[in-house]
Amino acid sequence: MIGIVSYGTYVPKYRVHTEDIAHAWKKNPMEIISALGVTEKTVPNVDEDAVTIALEAALQSLSYFKGKPSEIEALLVGSESHPYAVNPSSTIIGELLGVGTSYVAADLEFACKAGTAGVQMIAGLLSAKQIKLGMAIGSDTAQSKPHDALEYTSASAGSALILGSSNVVASLLSYTSYSSDTPDFWRRDGIRYPSHAGRFTGEPAYFAHVMGAAKLLFQKSKLQPKDFDYCVFHMPNGKFPREVARRLGFTSEQLGPSLTVDHIGNPYSASSMMGLSSVLDVVKPNKKICMISYGSGAGSDAFVWKTTDALVTIQKKRKEQNGLVSQQIARKSYVDYLGYLKQTHKV
Amino acid sequence: MNITVAGIGMTKFGELWDASPRWLAGQAVTAAIRDSGVEKKSIQGLFVANMLSGMLGMQGHLGALFAEELGLSGVPAYTVEGACASGGLAVHAGVMSILSGQYDTVCVLGVEKMTDHKPELVSSALMGAGSNEERLAGATFPGLYAILARSHMEKYGTTEKQLASVAVKNHFHASLNALAQFTHPITVEQVLRSSCVADPLKLLDCSPVTDGAAAVILTKHQSKKSGVHIVASAVATDTLGLAGRKSLTELVATKQAALKAFTQAGVEQKDIQFAEVHDCFTIAEILAIEDMGFGRKGEVGTNMEKGIYTLGTAEHIVINSSGGLKGCGHPIGATGVKQIVEVTSQLRGVCGKRQVKQARVGLTHNVGGSGATAVVHILKT
Repeated sequence: MIGIVSYGTYVPKYRVHTEDIAHAWKKNPMEIISALGVTEKTVPNVDEDAVTIALEAALQSLSYFKGKPSEIEALLVGSESHPYAVNPSSTIIGELLGVGTSYVAADLEFACKAGTAGVQMIAGLLSAKQIKLGMAIGSDTAQSKPHDALEYTSASAGSALILGSSNVVASLLSYTSYSSDTPDFWRRDGIRYPSHAGRFTGEPAYFAHVMGAAKLLFQKSKLQPKDFDYCVFHMPNGKFPREVARRLGFTSEQLGPSLTVDHIGNPYSASSMMGLSSVLDVVKPNKKICMISYGSGAGSDAFVWKTTDALVTIQKKRKEQNGLVSQQIARKSYVDYLGYLKQTHKV
Repeated sequence: MNITVAGIGMTKFGELWDASPRWLAGQAVTAAIRDSGVEKKSIQGLFVANMLSGMLGMQGHLGALFAEELGLSGVPAYTVEGACASGGLAVHAGVMSILSGQYDTVCVLGVEKMTDHKPELVSSALMGAGSNEERLAGATFPGLYAILARSHMEKYGTTEKQLASVAVKNHFHASLNALAQFTHPITVEQVLRSSCVADPLKLLDCSPVTDGAAAVILTKHQSKKSGVHIVASAVATDTLGLAGRKSLTELVATKQAALKAFTQAGVEQKDIQFAEVHDCFTIAEILAIEDMGFGRKGEVGTNMEKGIYTLGTAEHIVINSSGGLKGCGHPIGATGVKQIVEVTSQLRGVCGKRQVKQARVGLTHNVGGSGATAVVHILKT
């Protein structure tokens, strides 16, 4: 059975309060926090980018992996903040991981679902028996223009999944995708910050695609929300995942452990993968997880994961090494708005 | 004046992401023609009300565009633009065209597609209705109406709570209107707690960005299906910018248009049982009620809180039974036409839960900009 062999996460140390951003723009902080449901977000250090963050997550995933890095035969890195327009992040990361040269590498871009697109592609290679092990990474230092609504949530983090056909900690029972040409959010080549279509990013974009993917997944897997123990969604803010979970019939108990957005904001490609990792950190064996990402433009990847007894070992190691998502979130230091601008190279 | 409103039609108002302007127009006009019982070939003129298509969608020449789209090619077709009063002006132009003897039967279409465009572009385009000085100063219409609200508060002691009561009333009415953008009631507390847009106006004091279309078939002939007639159609104008006004606590164009309309119709304020007025912002409804003489200056706010303009508790006149611009939505070019649709529906007695009892005389009031254009129609059975 194909599934997750190991996983790793990286949450940058720095945070900026939503309140500080709001004050800088003479906005009412309580209105912003109430509207978005996010009180603080991660800020990359001045020398961190999508590659360094991806590398940190990948290294952590390898630290729980019993094999060698050279056994990784596919490395796909999803991000919308790849440091280079031309020059792959995946080979930089592969080189630093010691993967060697016998592997397929590619950078992926599909807004906030580029990481999960990589998961599906590696699952396909595994099913076709083209590879035995592959790594999919979602990593971003999310861009947002100062004073744009995105500035309150755009965050940084990375999540890496090693996928294989044996010794899995979570089996991949089913997966599917839902895609359409829906221009809700975009960034043209050479333009520093993304644009978005305001309220259009809601109903016809996020909700239509997440719910569309959910329905396809439920049909394909013959499972219903009540059959799952946990659910994970892309988290552009604190409200959307809660609302889509409610509409689909999931309970707050099923959703709760995945809601990293409340503490770190929206690290774009890493958002849903970080939510999944957060659930994997606490879930018991033999539990089913429904995971649905969302990427603007637009599409959703949907997965059914079922945890195994092997997960307990990784959970234990992650806890011992202060590597749980919750532990990484708790390790933090605040910067003010000016510090945020400096560390994200805006000034 | 006795122009028959033979047919009416309108789309749902709201964020209609899947609807194009052509689709919206088609839905409204088809419904209006079907409602009228008039054959399409009998329509001799088409008046299209729209403000933003040229600026946001780069599509002008809407008269010919929609004549083709609606299967009216060959029919004289006109685009009428008067900012938020475009719809009212187009109805006025349609009425005038019949009164002139040029046409017997015309179609008036109001259509606006706003949600395809970024909010800042919509705000900027809407300021096309303001003066150059206001644009250069960075003013927006929420800001201009905030100046009017603040002036009214200082002169008459009008309160933010009284302004909020307008929005509460109109959301209540909209909750009874299936075609309205907002069909949920709100409370004064929710209005007061909503985000400040331009002090003292909060988010829920402001009408929304809306997609929608409305259409009416007007004719000089009597209609077997509709006994509703336009008995007055009046327009007045004022300075484009607020700086040129003598008073910031009244809209002179509204007063002048209303006076003309009352004279044309031979009716007085006390004869009007219900009115659709231009509540682009809550202060605008208070000004409209005062300026048309449905309430004394400075007293309307207090009375609004008491519910004397609300369905079910109204003492004399019901204001904005459709939900108004605030509750039903404000697709700029369509608004003035929708007001005719609502008043006609009320006079036909087909408004269900929001029906004004024994409705016989109704009025519409449509404003462009911050009061530079005002259009008033009076309709009777």
